[in-house]
Amino acid sequence: MVLVKKQRSNCSSNELHVLAVDDSFVDRKVVERLLKISSCKVTVVESGRSALQFLGLDGETSCVGFDELKVNLIMTDYSMPGMTGYELLKKIKGSSKLREIPVVVMSSENIMTRIDSCIEEGAEEFLVKPLKLSDVERLKDFILKGDDKNRKNNNSNSLSRKRKSQDDLVLPMPMATLCSARNHDFPSQPKSMLDQPLQKQPRLVQTD
Amino acid sequence: MQKQLAKMKQSLFDQGYLDEQFIQLEDLQDDANPNFVEEVVTLYYRDSVRLVQNIEQALEKNPLDFSKLEGYMHQFKGSSSSFGAKKVKTECTQFREYCRAGNAEGCKRTFQELKKEYATLKKKLEVYFQLARQAGPVEKACRPK
Repeated sequence: MVLVKKQRSNCSSNELHVLAVDDSFVDRKVVERLLKISSCKVTVVESGRSALQFLGLDGETSCVGFDELKVNLIMTDYSMPGMTGYELLKKIKGSSKLREIPVVVMSSENIMTRIDSCIEEGAEEFLVKPLKLSDVERLKDFILKGDDKNRKNNNSNSLSRKRKSQDDLVLPMPMATLCSARNHDFPSQPKSMLDQPLQKQPRLVQTD
Repeated sequence: MQKQLAKMKQSLFDQGYLDEQFIQLEDLQDDANPNFVEEVVTLYYRDSVRLVQNIEQALEKNPLDFSKLEGYMHQFKGSSSSFGAKKVKTECTQFREYCRAGNAEGCKRTFQELKKEYATLKKKLEVYFQLARQAGPVEKACRPK
């Protein structure tokens, strides 16, 4: 059963549609409120499977046209029964239809290997819970900037189909300002900054 | 009445029942959603009843399934932390440490403490929310859009 709560509102070109995935009632309510306050259109589901069904990737076609359902960002909890957030991330990044959608993983646990594997698998960001409004607002700004650049790239007939691969090379600042280090014990040099430039960067250490 | 409310909130913070996350959530309230935090906490109570039952049942087994217990407590800790229930969260953390150490007595003892903290917080928040409803919505600073 797909448990979906969808906000119906006019989707302006600047309004992000965020799909939030979390098995916790409390966390779903909180993330939904945070996103609405940030003027995002929100769909909240309780499991990875429901998320895939909503995205039309679970063998079922969406009942509405894909454009209306267009999701600009997926925020998923890591620890969920059945399909974990990591597994959901892999499925999304493994889908030609969906891999362009940025995915952010959330967890109450700050585990380096977990963060690394999510970033390597293509997660845009790894947020440590509990979520704050500033987390969501920074995320939104970052995604909107990325969308603008994508539109420009598409308009100029860019050959690259990899989402934001060019942007990653020229947008270090937004990523840096996006990251905050609440509850983090990071080494001074995040791993992925040292290797492949096309890798997404993990959260950088900043003091509050 | 706003003063009384602020005083009570300060006291809850000073005594360590709540942390900053509670304020984060209160800041999300507005005229259209004046009782958002109370709604979150109500959901939390409902969720917690189920978790407490599961944990109690699991604690009666012999030997204990520490992995299962840790899983329940992970959920409990997560939701407690999401609205700033500091003392409850601390007990959850302690419980998980006992799970990892395979310490059954530690788990059982900590669980009793956890239930006490939970019950105390619940009582205090009931008074707080009642006062908040009477005091009416507070003027919120403008949020950046």
